[in-house]
Amino acid sequence: MNLEGVLRGRVHKYGDNVDTDSIIPGRFLKEMDPKKLAEHAMEGIDPDFVKKVRPGDFVVAGKNFGCGSSREHAPIALRYAGIKAVLAKSFARIFYRNAVDGGHLIPIEIDNNVYERLSDGDEIEVDVSKGIVRNLTKGEVYNIRPIPELVMKIIKAGGIFMFKHE
Amino acid sequence: MTITEKILAKASGKRTVSPGDVVFANIDKVMMHDVGGPGVWAVFQELKPIIGEIEKIWDPDKVWLTEDHFVPPIDKQSAENIKTLEDFAKRYGIRKYFRYGLGQYGVCHTLSYEEALVLPGEVYVGTDSHTNTAGVVGAFAAGLGHTDIAYVLVHGKTWFRVPETLLFRISGELQPYSTAKDLSLAILHEIGTDGANYKAMQFSGSAIKAMDIDERATLTNMSTEAGAKNAIIEPDERLLQYLRSRTDSPLTPVYGDEDAEFSEVYDMDARTIEPLVAKPYSPGNVSSARELSDVEVDRVYIGSCTGGKITDLRMAASVLKGRKVRVRTEIVPATQRTYMQALKEGLIEIFLQSGTLIGAPTCGLCFGGHMGVLRKGEVCISTTNRNFPGRMGDRESKTYLASPLTAAATAVTGRITDPRDLSG
Repeated sequence: MNLEGVLRGRVHKYGDNVDTDSIIPGRFLKEMDPKKLAEHAMEGIDPDFVKKVRPGDFVVAGKNFGCGSSREHAPIALRYAGIKAVLAKSFARIFYRNAVDGGHLIPIEIDNNVYERLSDGDEIEVDVSKGIVRNLTKGEVYNIRPIPELVMKIIKAGGIFMFKHE
Repeated sequence: MTITEKILAKASGKRTVSPGDVVFANIDKVMMHDVGGPGVWAVFQELKPIIGEIEKIWDPDKVWLTEDHFVPPIDKQSAENIKTLEDFAKRYGIRKYFRYGLGQYGVCHTLSYEEALVLPGEVYVGTDSHTNTAGVVGAFAAGLGHTDIAYVLVHGKTWFRVPETLLFRISGELQPYSTAKDLSLAILHEIGTDGANYKAMQFSGSAIKAMDIDERATLTNMSTEAGAKNAIIEPDERLLQYLRSRTDSPLTPVYGDEDAEFSEVYDMDARTIEPLVAKPYSPGNVSSARELSDVEVDRVYIGSCTGGKITDLRMAASVLKGRKVRVRTEIVPATQRTYMQALKEGLIEIFLQSGTLIGAPTCGLCFGGHMGVLRKGEVCISTTNRNFPGRMGDRESKTYLASPLTAAATAVTGRITDPRDLSG
């Protein structure tokens, strides 16, 4: 994934503990076509999400985003719905790992005050290499939490298969 | 080092590791089911233009497969997925494969120890979040997604950040009518649904020693609901005997050091654990069963990797014997072997006499994927592990999580019932 330059899009904001059944309900786990999964992204929590979302948009969430199942369908559904990055106060471990190792999207950790300042519909720019978020709607700039070294390398490589260690 | 640290150190060829270290660990066992296997196959197809055709996998003898999520198939797509899994097994020479309608098969996590597929000291990964369950045998067991499992199948290793360990020392013994499920809910109430995120949960103490292997597996299973990377219990003689009766493979248990460091230690007294229930819509939203005695339910489900093991069925039968269920009740043994054992012990007859429906082993009901799907507004009490919105069906259905004893008592009365309060 090319991390030079900025990602730009609008915020879709949710609360704490957005679980994988909310991101993509279990009955769709037999679905193998990622575009069909994307048609049901966030259906469990926000049935209008797929109507609202535009390519390049961001999901902003509270703590423990993606808790629950190991289903890689969750980051895949968001990716094919157009989401490039999820900004959350924290991530459940398997969602985080799937997002990174599958090369699906960038999981970005933010502090509570950043979460509070980001509103649904805000236009933002995310510059991962500089570690900042620009809120174009509010004219503010925030820091994101540093991305661990190994995770950054895997993201840049485009996923675990493209990453060469040692 | 803790047992988790020692296993990861050994698997990554290091003398010592500490929490926070990133290691590349060699993997001993891999599991895929009928959702994960086709997902891994899809990853292999996507990677073709980048890394070429994957002609062989690292070690087919270290991989096992089961059909459990959408079995028997519910539609054309799930039937195709089973075919994909069959083709995968054939193409890559995977022989350990548990298929529906062909003898032993069922929920992967129960098979992992019931069939001694995972052994003490091993590093085990699978395409399911509740892979943690197998930590009951003193292995490092963690759930991964399709891409990660595909990577392991090609390279035989993957990366882990060595987790901090939370130690739960459970003294005393559980009282009659209190179970490992109630203890799990008590722990979730204490630490929350992200209380162990990225961490290891280790269970020890007299209450654990007194539990059979199925009950211990409920604890390691429910660790996923606290976000744990893995859960683990150090092997004891009871475990080793259990495994020896199921495998001829040599057992080489690993134990933590005397001076192992834990990031936190929780001391709990099992005697204080009452029958508990997790209310919608979080496994951490816990009350005592008695506080919820005015909640009426429409449906009861007893099954899954959490609550469909032989011990769970015995508990349910102890309540249902000689009684009739008042609300629709479905019971699904976790595996074919569990089903057979329940039949031998007369449990199936007790269930049928009480009016319950018995289903073939599947994960289906637990995740609203197959059989028993809840309609809008329906209320269910379930022995499963999750009650997120829409988990078992419609977004506006409600699931309460409880032990097999509490679920069975509730089936008899039609409202949430502490099994101690069941009269007659």
